[in-house]
Amino acid sequence: MVTEFETPETLSWHIAAPVSAFPADGGACVKIGERQIAVFNFSHTNEWYACQNMCPHKMQMILSRGLTGDQNGEPKVACPYHKKTFSLCTGENLNGDDYRIETYPVRVEAGMVYIGL
Amino acid sequence: MKNIVVAGNGMVGYKFCEKLLARHNEGLTDGGQFSLTVFGEEPRPAYDRVHLSAYFSGTSADALAMAPASWYADNGIDLRTSQCITHIDREAKTVTTHTGQVVAYDTLVMATGSAPFVPPVPGVQKDGIFVYRTIEDLEAMLAWGKRATRAVVIGGGLLGLEAAKAALDMGLETHVVEFAPRLMPRQLDEAGGAMLRQKMEELGIRIHLSKNTAEFEGYDRVTGLRFADGSVLEADMVVVSAGIKPRDELARQSGLAVGSRGGILVNDLLQTSDPDIYAIGECALHNSMIYGLVAPGYDMADIVATQLLTSTSAKTFAGFDMSTKLKLIGVDVASFGDPFCEQIPHRTIVWEDRLAGVYKRLNITEDGKHLLGGILVGDAEAYNMLLQTSKNRMVLPPTPEDMLLPTRKGDTSSAGAGVMALPDDATVCSCEAITKGTICTAVTEKDATNILAIKKCTKAGTGCGGCVPMLNDLITETLKAQGKIVRKVLCEHFDLTRQELYDLVRINGQKTYAEVLAQYGKGCGCEVCKPAVASVLASVHNQLVARQAVIQDTNDKYLANIQRGGTYSVMPRIAGGEITADKLIVLGEVAKKYDLYCKITGGQRIDLFGARVDQLPYIWEELTDAGFESGHAYGKSLRTVKSCVGSTWCRYGVQDSVAFAIELENRYKGLRSPHKLKSGVSGCARECAEAQSKDFGIIATEKGWNLYVCGNGGVTPRHAQLLATDIDRETCIRYLDRFLMFYVKTAEPLQRTAPWLDKLEGGMAYLKSVVIDDVLGMNGQFEQEMQHVIDTYQCEWKSVVDDEELRSQYRHFVNAGDTDETLAFVSNGRGQKQPAQW
Repeated sequence: MVTEFETPETLSWHIAAPVSAFPADGGACVKIGERQIAVFNFSHTNEWYACQNMCPHKMQMILSRGLTGDQNGEPKVACPYHKKTFSLCTGENLNGDDYRIETYPVRVEAGMVYIGL
Repeated sequence: MKNIVVAGNGMVGYKFCEKLLARHNEGLTDGGQFSLTVFGEEPRPAYDRVHLSAYFSGTSADALAMAPASWYADNGIDLRTSQCITHIDREAKTVTTHTGQVVAYDTLVMATGSAPFVPPVPGVQKDGIFVYRTIEDLEAMLAWGKRATRAVVIGGGLLGLEAAKAALDMGLETHVVEFAPRLMPRQLDEAGGAMLRQKMEELGIRIHLSKNTAEFEGYDRVTGLRFADGSVLEADMVVVSAGIKPRDELARQSGLAVGSRGGILVNDLLQTSDPDIYAIGECALHNSMIYGLVAPGYDMADIVATQLLTSTSAKTFAGFDMSTKLKLIGVDVASFGDPFCEQIPHRTIVWEDRLAGVYKRLNITEDGKHLLGGILVGDAEAYNMLLQTSKNRMVLPPTPEDMLLPTRKGDTSSAGAGVMALPDDATVCSCEAITKGTICTAVTEKDATNILAIKKCTKAGTGCGGCVPMLNDLITETLKAQGKIVRKVLCEHFDLTRQELYDLVRINGQKTYAEVLAQYGKGCGCEVCKPAVASVLASVHNQLVARQAVIQDTNDKYLANIQRGGTYSVMPRIAGGEITADKLIVLGEVAKKYDLYCKITGGQRIDLFGARVDQLPYIWEELTDAGFESGHAYGKSLRTVKSCVGSTWCRYGVQDSVAFAIELENRYKGLRSPHKLKSGVSGCARECAEAQSKDFGIIATEKGWNLYVCGNGGVTPRHAQLLATDIDRETCIRYLDRFLMFYVKTAEPLQRTAPWLDKLEGGMAYLKSVVIDDVLGMNGQFEQEMQHVIDTYQCEWKSVVDDEELRSQYRHFVNAGDTDETLAFVSNGRGQKQPAQW
């Protein structure tokens, strides 16, 4: 089943913060409405990723403080608590667990970072 | 289209579905297309009963599920939970459930499992008496256990001891009552049972043997057990775990043949007396045996699945090896082959170490050539190898007793190489029936060179997990056999060991992770290599870790320890555990102001919990203004040097242990190392500072100090070993500089000093020759490097407090000043706060 809000027509872009608010090759948390979104910047590949800030393992608002990196080229973040790692492209857990996270598109324009929700 | 109906959705019923789909996908299709309907009488889909006790330590029911409900739907399986089949019409070939649903079958697979056997003891219906089988049973136990104080488990077998662990986890005083004169009578002999009993009693479980329960006492709630010998044991909760009885009532009622003592009779094809009805798992009686383990049940599931998909004759069930290995409340227990050899002439080799709680027994043929079986309690590391040796009738070495002796420290070669001697068809993973040949092929042909890849590729190791050490050995040895060098490289991004990287960074002087990655690595890095490189950079240059926060591990990133709920704890240095009244007052005032939970730690310090990330710099500012500095409780670095009160106050003391501890703590504070470092100094041989359980420990003698190294507490406690005797203060410091620097340079990431020494070729004798006799000629350099670390020390908290840019990183949102509103605390009932449930 295709849910409607996933179609590009209804995706709305929200201002997160200026590029300078995010550490190079690291993550930070932004608040959009009532939602906590983790935003990651891979300066190595000049890519940006966003996902839910909550780690589904222990339901902690923490993923933005996780170490980032890649597994065979797949960008990922590791939860600071128990090192559960998630793909920043698909949201899938990479340790073989059933957890998954929501990921969101990121756009950078004129020094400003936007998240598509 | 063939209608297959499965009666029962337990572990084996589920495995049947999984195997049927898998074999079908592998191309076994000449049995034609099929539809699959599964009935389960429990409200949820099949879950892992073997690990039920994990439910008590917080694992959710969902996490125990074999597969989520969606899995069945996604694969076209019609799963009907809360539906119990009550009638089989073998003429019409239909089943009817208790709610009246009727489904036609061509083939019916009975996987109805077993029910706990509850002996008909008077009073067994009283409240507070439970069985241990389903998640609902556990939920009922948990609810009752909140008001109970003493739990008695009836049954000292496998399941009974699991249930005892559950009761212990609930915080109850726990007793186990066993009818037989020893624990686990079906797996262990007398001496093995006695050793297990000793271990259980050390853990606080009381064991009562040769006890026959005659009556449960109490009006409507149970208050105790009265035994046949007249004695009474008070209890307000009882768990009955006296064995299982096969669920054969449906089969019996449908006129299928059943055994005189229960169980649905099956032939080698696992067919019942009606050839269209099969029985698998704990309800099936094959060759007078009921198999109460998961592995044979899985094997049966596979055999029936394969048969249904092929028209040609298929595999048959030829009985199953009942060898088991498990961890009972942290104690390894295993029995394999024929553990008792009551009927067969044999010779026995026994190894017993009561101090360590280890018992091992091997039964070998009279000619000493083959292994028949055995028992292992307390240390079952050799289980896989011994099991394979007996199963494959491999010829024993001339001194078979060697297989029982504990592996000597540092000697890991023997067991690893041994696995290659196994024949290719030796079953390595019995849960999934995967052979050694399959594993080795996966390594050589499918490039599965780590355990994760092996699990994905072959499914081996995904069941009970007992074979994982052997899988690791197989991977390593297969790679070695191919001529591939097996080195402990950091991760996929660096084809270097930590030591190689350390030397490169020291010689070439890279200062940042980006430079190191660009020079020696590839990709974007990961959570393994980033902290490892961070540690190397910090050890070599002693720069502030806060300047490269994005590569630091969890706690180093915020210079504080993350705790449940997303807040941090703050632990200032209290060198040697000595503190003035004024400073105690400052700690109290800061804790009060920021509403922090206070706890005295094991390292003679005071930890303040519950600080939000944005509060950290403010708390540090107040603490550093009062003369405190960071205690590095968050770092892989020197933590504390614990001390006893020593000769200044203590009537037994022979040296000033406090002063020496403070001097050492201040000397090595801030030294970044592969893992944390702990130390202690005792003022006399009474050893009140517990120095021998530390990475380096010093004990006063009449003439000076004894220096011990490479001890630790924790999961695998190790006593430190004596490095030098009766040395003076200066010599002690010189040896320590060298020892620490040698460790920092050569250890693997997150390897503490004791395992590092284990891996060091030549062991303690070699370490002495390096540190004392300078065989490497490196001591001058070691001392110089240590001096550099000491000279460049700065308090990491103060550096952040004084730097606006660094300070600005301490907030929860980068686009709002708000704090995280999900942070929540509750009272701990003792006047302080604690995080709300996580």
